[in-house]
Amino acid sequence: MTQEIVRATVEHIVIVAVSVGVAIAAGIPLGIWCTRHTAAGRVALRIVDAIQTIPSLALFGFLIPVPLIGGIGMRTAIVALILYSLLPIVRNTLTGIRGVDPIVLDAGVAMGLTPRQLLREVELPLAMPTIVAGIRIATVVGIGVATIAAAIGGGGLGTLIFRGVAMVDTRLILAGALPAAALALLADVVLSAVEKKLIKG
Amino acid sequence: MPSSVEFRNVAVGPILHEINLRVAAGEAVAFVGRSGAGKTTTLRLVNGLVRPTSGEVFVDDVPLAQTDLIALRRKTGYIIQGSGLFPHRTVYENIATVPRLLGWDDSRTRAAAEEIMRKLDLPIERFGDRPPRSLSGGEQQRVGIARAMIAGPSILLCDEPFGALDPIVRRDLQDAFRALRSGVTIIFVTHDLAEALRVAERIVLFEGGRIVTDCPAAEFPAQPLPLVQRFVAAASLSA
Repeated sequence: MTQEIVRATVEHIVIVAVSVGVAIAAGIPLGIWCTRHTAAGRVALRIVDAIQTIPSLALFGFLIPVPLIGGIGMRTAIVALILYSLLPIVRNTLTGIRGVDPIVLDAGVAMGLTPRQLLREVELPLAMPTIVAGIRIATVVGIGVATIAAAIGGGGLGTLIFRGVAMVDTRLILAGALPAAALALLADVVLSAVEKKLIKG
Repeated sequence: MPSSVEFRNVAVGPILHEINLRVAAGEAVAFVGRSGAGKTTTLRLVNGLVRPTSGEVFVDDVPLAQTDLIALRRKTGYIIQGSGLFPHRTVYENIATVPRLLGWDDSRTRAAAEEIMRKLDLPIERFGDRPPRSLSGGEQQRVGIARAMIAGPSILLCDEPFGALDPIVRRDLQDAFRALRSGVTIIFVTHDLAEALRVAERIVLFEGGRIVTDCPAAEFPAQPLPLVQRFVAAASLSA
């Protein structure tokens, strides 16, 4: 039993880590792009926003028949989680960069920073607490949504919960639910600490 | 080496009309006028933060359209109200920004920072490692001046740099600024005539996006224009 919980927990962490990782790698550049292309950025944000509003189980359902990324299993779960994690990361990157004091940007441009230097040295560092807040939300939500991924054979702690529900076995349900809740709380605490540290500088 | 700055028939949308002005290398000119008169826009034309809709700006007789703006900005100091210091960098890192962009080595940057910080009464041992937010408004503005002047700029653009400071700190900074101003062309935007007379040798008065008066500072108070007299009256009250 213990072994099974550990295995499911590790699987759960892998699913969330991979999806949030990909969402960071795609979402931060997309967020930056949205700040540079206001009209197109609004459309991109609307799409990401729409994905977020689809109920998670329905999104899993939609993805199953899609060739290459779909089907039953962990891959589909990860794709769905990536899509879910995008919104908070893209939105917070956009908000964070837009929130940089225009006087500071003005001074940066006037000192001869190139647009790339301005992004790397001024905009991103100053937006970082907000971006990390987005990553925190994506991670915490992702840990929750990942439990539902078991419904389509995605693995992770949801497997124990669903099996417990089917067998009316409270211990089995808790064996999945408690570690999932603990993971979410832990992620929240750790990433909140990172955020605070960044704000203090 | 100070640079010359020239505006030829410059217009910016509805904001500026027919600006013709030559600032000689090494000259210190104050742009005076009410809010919205066009003085800040004119200032921002010099380092290409604003581009003219017609006409052209020349630095050292080269049109800005044919100038590498990034390189020009690195040798043009820019001091603004509120200082615009990078809040995530220390005082020293802020001051070292342009030398770093210019690729100076650490010892040269350090020596230049120590010198300019000493002149501005910001000893590096006491201020170097501090974050800008731990400084008073006047100290932040001194850092802003140091940051603009460390690399020996050819042009110094100042946009109401002391506008948000109390009158005593303001006077101190004007004096510190006067002591530093040799060897550079200065354009100084202010709506305070007393300040303009302290820091500049020539005064250009803007109104409604046009230049209405352009004369040596000493002659300005005697100009008959009603707007000039209103500025003179306002200045003598606050001086």
